[in-house]
Amino acid sequence: MTSISSASPAFTGKDPDHRLFGPLPDVQGEAGYTESHPARVGFFTDTSVCIGCKACEVACKEWNTLPMDDSHGTRDTMGLSGMSYDNTGQLGANSWRHVAFIEQVRTVDLPMPTFGRPGDDRQGSSPSPAAHDHPDAQAHAQASVLNAEALSEFDPQTGQSGTDKQVRWLMSSDVCKHCTHAGCLDVCPTGALFRTEFGTVVVQQDICNGCGYCVPACPYGVIDRREDDGRVFKCTMCYDRLTDGLMPACATACPTQSIQFGDLDELQARADARLATLQSQGVETARLYGRDEDDGVGGNGAFFLLLDEPEVYGLPPDPIVTTRELPAMWRAAGKAAVMIVGAAVGAVLSSRRPQ
Amino acid sequence: MTEGIATPGGGWRRADGPPAETRKKKRKGGRRGRGEVAMVDDVEFTSYYGRPIIKPPVWKTPEVPLYLFFGGAAGSAAVLGALGEFTRRPVMTRSAHLFAGGGALASVVLLVADLGRPERFLHMLRVFKPTSPLSVGTYILSPFSGLAVATAGLHVLGRWPVLRRLAGVGSAVFAGPLATYTGVLLANTAVPSWHAAGTQLPYVFGASGMAAGGGITMALTPVEEAAPARRLAVTGAVVELAMMQKVETDHGIVSEPYHEGKAGRLLRAAKACTAAGAAVTVAAGRRRAGAVLGGALLAAGSALTRFGVYEAGMASARDPKYTVVPQRERMAARAVADHASTVTS
Ligand code: SF4
Ligand code: SF4
Repeated sequence: MTSISSASPAFTGKDPDHRLFGPLPDVQGEAGYTESHPARVGFFTDTSVCIGCKACEVACKEWNTLPMDDSHGTRDTMGLSGMSYDNTGQLGANSWRHVAFIEQVRTVDLPMPTFGRPGDDRQGSSPSPAAHDHPDAQAHAQASVLNAEALSEFDPQTGQSGTDKQVRWLMSSDVCKHCTHAGCLDVCPTGALFRTEFGTVVVQQDICNGCGYCVPACPYGVIDRREDDGRVFKCTMCYDRLTDGLMPACATACPTQSIQFGDLDELQARADARLATLQSQGVETARLYGRDEDDGVGGNGAFFLLLDEPEVYGLPPDPIVTTRELPAMWRAAGKAAVMIVGAAVGAVLSSRRPQ
Repeated sequence: MTEGIATPGGGWRRADGPPAETRKKKRKGGRRGRGEVAMVDDVEFTSYYGRPIIKPPVWKTPEVPLYLFFGGAAGSAAVLGALGEFTRRPVMTRSAHLFAGGGALASVVLLVADLGRPERFLHMLRVFKPTSPLSVGTYILSPFSGLAVATAGLHVLGRWPVLRRLAGVGSAVFAGPLATYTGVLLANTAVPSWHAAGTQLPYVFGASGMAAGGGITMALTPVEEAAPARRLAVTGAVVELAMMQKVETDHGIVSEPYHEGKAGRLLRAAKACTAAGAAVTVAAGRRRAGAVLGGALLAAGSALTRFGVYEAGMASARDPKYTVVPQRERMAARAVADHASTVTS
């Protein structure tokens, strides 16, 4: 039987102010779940501790039995991207986690006085002045092993490669954002994409007819069609594991807790604290991405701590859910339809009748 | 200081490339402004190895552009046919309805052929979602095609004129939305050049449908009866050219794909065909040869417009520049607005 889908928070009339965009305190409730639904879960991916090991990619492929593909999304080929240590290349139908890898350099002024280890001539390898300025900074540093100091001292990410050049590696495990307002879900004409009781966005493979509309609707380029199969695939946040009370495979496999899974509220608080810690240690480039519930997609269920601009990692700097503009487009289509009928009536009325 | 990750920007750049992809564009004209081709002369932006941020549509060509064309042309023809029924133009009515029926059938076939799992076409009818133009479109196309094919069939049978009129009017009700919803279908995506033109594409496609539907009906009808078709075709051509001009100039950097490469060539050819078709129709539409030539040119122009718009969107999806730069501009504008509001308050 045909029914108005409850799969989209739009047009349910429950929150007239935020139906197509904006914050939604209770996504599952908006999607029609009753009060007793589980809490919304998510991923917090802290890229400052990612070591680029790709355990998450492997665990995801294993658990979800994803076919092989190369860095261009071509199935059944072994191919190196030739651009970096990243040979996955992008998220796609067969890659639901993708570890981005960026090697960056910069020149530094030489010579600089060096402290610390012999041969270590990087600028300011002495302890951070911030650590001395703040009385509680020492406590901070001790509380977190994975702090900025540690990153700088021990991590190849920021290691020294030459005399006048510094090199750092940025690594970030990308994934479906499980948007609060998911473009893919809004545009799916079959209801194959739906909001789960955990607040995540999942494709029902027995429903999807491969229309492909969700593919260009995702502002992050996540979801894609498996060409030999005809249907679309993307991260389910291990829906099967969640229903059995298990953590998603990637978060379970991550050896550095770069991928953290949990209730979204809790993760958001944890991320805010982590950002404050890093910033108090002078890591001014740290920022949260997808955390802001006032952004164009109402915030992400899977959000990130990044160390550079989003586009450096291949993420859109200011994504919006495409349906935010849909009411205006529908009005235009309605008026244009009236224009056609009006023009046709005008054309008939202004023409002399044949005798 | 913990250098390295500590300094904002910090002078970091990708190890194996320039700091940002820098593109030099030929500067056309002076400052960017309305009505003038907005060429950004030197865009700096960062991307992940130049890879696209969004996924380009996986729809097939020529299926989808042809679907857009047939939907629009068949829709306009159905409206003409319904009006012809009540104004004693039997031949125009018949040819318009025959074309509308054929076009509707072609639309359905093309749409189903584009699915990754065509056998699951009926899954479209499980739900009705106003947020999905494809869902809404299915509920427009299904009744339209049923009624248009029935009308055409009754013309061929030559029986039950009352039923035929009812079906014809019924199909005309769905015809306008069918011709214009396709603009929303493309625009309701993250594809930059389509999304930005979201309130203009329905007019472009609707007018383009008028030009094609009117033109084809005109070509298939004796000239004495075809006056409404001629007028509809010329009106459509004029509106199509005007609206396309706005799409191509209003949107700054995301208007660029409409001028460049394959899309640019297709759209220039479309303009030439549409303008020539309109001119031929006005000058020689009352002669048989003129009507056929004009109708063919208008139909070609309409089809080329669909292919051109489609290609422009694909090009804008493939290049991260069109995703990043407008979003950065939006953020900068918001920052300025925020700053202004804190200063004044
Ligand atoms: S990131 Fe893309 S695929 Fe994931 S929920 Fe959002 S719109 Fe859908
Ligand atoms: S491809 Fe499948 S999941 Fe995507 S919009 Fe179409 S039916 Fe929905």
